[in-house]
Amino acid sequence: MTGTTTDLAVDVRGLRKSYGDQQVLDGVDLAVRAGTVTALLGPNGAGKTTVVGILSTLLALDGGTARVAGHDVVTQPGAVRAAIGVTGQTSAVDDLLTGVENLRLMASLHHLGRREGRERVDALLAQLGLTDAARKPVATWSGGMRRKLDLAMTLVGSPSVVFLDEPTTGLDPRSRRTLRDEVRALSAAGTTILLTTQYLEEADQLADRVAVLDGGRIVAEGTPAELKSAHGASSLDDVFLRLTEPSTGPTADPDPTTQEVA
Amino acid sequence: MTTLTLTPTAHARPVTDTLTMLRRNLLRAARYPGLTSFTLAIPVLLLLLFVFVFGGTIGAGVMPGVDPGADGRAAYLDYITPTILLFAVVGAAQSVAITAAMDATGGIMARFKTMAISPGSVLGGPVLGTVVQALVAVAVVLGLAVALGYRPGAGPLGWLALTGLLALVTFAFSWLCVAMGLSARSVETASNTPMILTALPFLSSGFVPVETMPAGVRWFAEHQPFTPIIETTRSLLTGASPDVSTTLQAVGWCVLVGAVGYARSRSLYRRERR
Ligand SMILES: Nc1ncnc2c1ncn2[C@@H]1O[C@H](COP(=O)(O)OP(=O)(O)OP(=O)(O)O)[C@@H](O)[C@H]1O
Ligand SMILES: [Mg+2]
Repeated sequence: MTGTTTDLAVDVRGLRKSYGDQQVLDGVDLAVRAGTVTALLGPNGAGKTTVVGILSTLLALDGGTARVAGHDVVTQPGAVRAAIGVTGQTSAVDDLLTGVENLRLMASLHHLGRREGRERVDALLAQLGLTDAARKPVATWSGGMRRKLDLAMTLVGSPSVVFLDEPTTGLDPRSRRTLRDEVRALSAAGTTILLTTQYLEEADQLADRVAVLDGGRIVAEGTPAELKSAHGASSLDDVFLRLTEPSTGPTADPDPTTQEVA
Repeated sequence: MTTLTLTPTAHARPVTDTLTMLRRNLLRAARYPGLTSFTLAIPVLLLLLFVFVFGGTIGAGVMPGVDPGADGRAAYLDYITPTILLFAVVGAAQSVAITAAMDATGGIMARFKTMAISPGSVLGGPVLGTVVQALVAVAVVLGLAVALGYRPGAGPLGWLALTGLLALVTFAFSWLCVAMGLSARSVETASNTPMILTALPFLSSGFVPVETMPAGVRWFAEHQPFTPIIETTRSLLTGASPDVSTTLQAVGWCVLVGAVGYARSRSLYRRERR
């Protein structure tokens, strides 16, 4: 991949992280060009949430470097935070408040003016189909609606880099489509997006590039088409199965060495 | 290909952000008054219990020359009202441990941590909200005491000083409770740890003069924050000018407790947590 440092909205090199004896990330390299959508895939427990946590300044890293929007996550966390929006794997909304109140809280924390804030909140509610429920306490909302509110809260401050950790998990097909449209619109507007998902169809449709995390490293990286053709697979599901379980099953990869597609 | 525009470092606005967080906190309290009324229930029950059940006898013991019965009750009401006000303060401070634990375990604090807002704002909002709630609770308890026959003798300056002192005590102990809430594994633990604070006013000069206690207990009572805090409150309420050294001790304890609580809260906020 070519590009100067400032082309890269996310620039991760040799990232290492362990919990006690368990080495979760063991030299992860990942580059996301500004304005593109990258899907980070990997089996449960591969460390996707850990990567997102480090990039969003929530978790400390043990080795390597990580830069987001041109800033080092360790030495310039404030600048990173100012540039990012994060939707974590678990819900991060205030249950006691209503949807509108949650969003207005975000607008205030981003120092949007009163009018600007209200307009932004109303627009996001409409975009995500939450207008009807907006004035009810979030505690009474369904899981899928809360997920959408989570995303809306992430977007209030118009972040230039957005991390979405399994944003569509638990959503019904229509809501998933709403979310996909939202991601496409963001991307069209120049926002950089790094998302994780277990719906590989979705990664195929949405992502400019896909990276597969397994065994603490990125084991494959490329466009969905590149990955499929490199593995002679018809879907990313097949690619995923071959890459992450090389020694078992009928679809075992004949060449178990790390595949780098670029 | 889009080129990335480097985002300038966000200008932190600690005051604005703290006020935003204070508003959130008061909104939550207004929407779910359960926690607040629970913290109010304890001082109210203590006041009624200590005046109407124990007061007739203890009052006569605490105030030399007072007869047991109605006179004892009246004397004891005078003696313990300042103490009960501090139970209202401590109760409010305890509730912020639960608020902090709820935020920390519920995911919203993780969201705040990924935003360009200072720990001082995220945690300071609930602390200031607690000060507001504590002052309201103090007013309610004081109103009840007055209804029972308590007559404070404070002048305008005295009331101002009293409000300032109780706000300071709430502020300091709230930071300590925020630290307790953040270090708790669950919301349940967060509601238990600060319970030890409830024990402190009992082991002070709040219910009986320290001179009547055995040496060890007396030593403790004389060297813990609530004795000077309660004695200063007592003087301010009666309209007497408080003893300078006692007042300095009260303020000193608040500064110490507040500083330790704030430092601990700050480092716990930045600690990794999942
Ligand atoms: N706080 C923690 N303490 C100890 N181990 C942890 C902690 N957080 C994560 N781990 C471990 O790190 C590994 C990676 O976890 P992580 O949540 O990043 O995986 P993931 O790829 O997001 O998985 P999933 O697809 O299930 O969301 C797992 O084995 C997990 O058990
Ligand atoms: Mg995960």
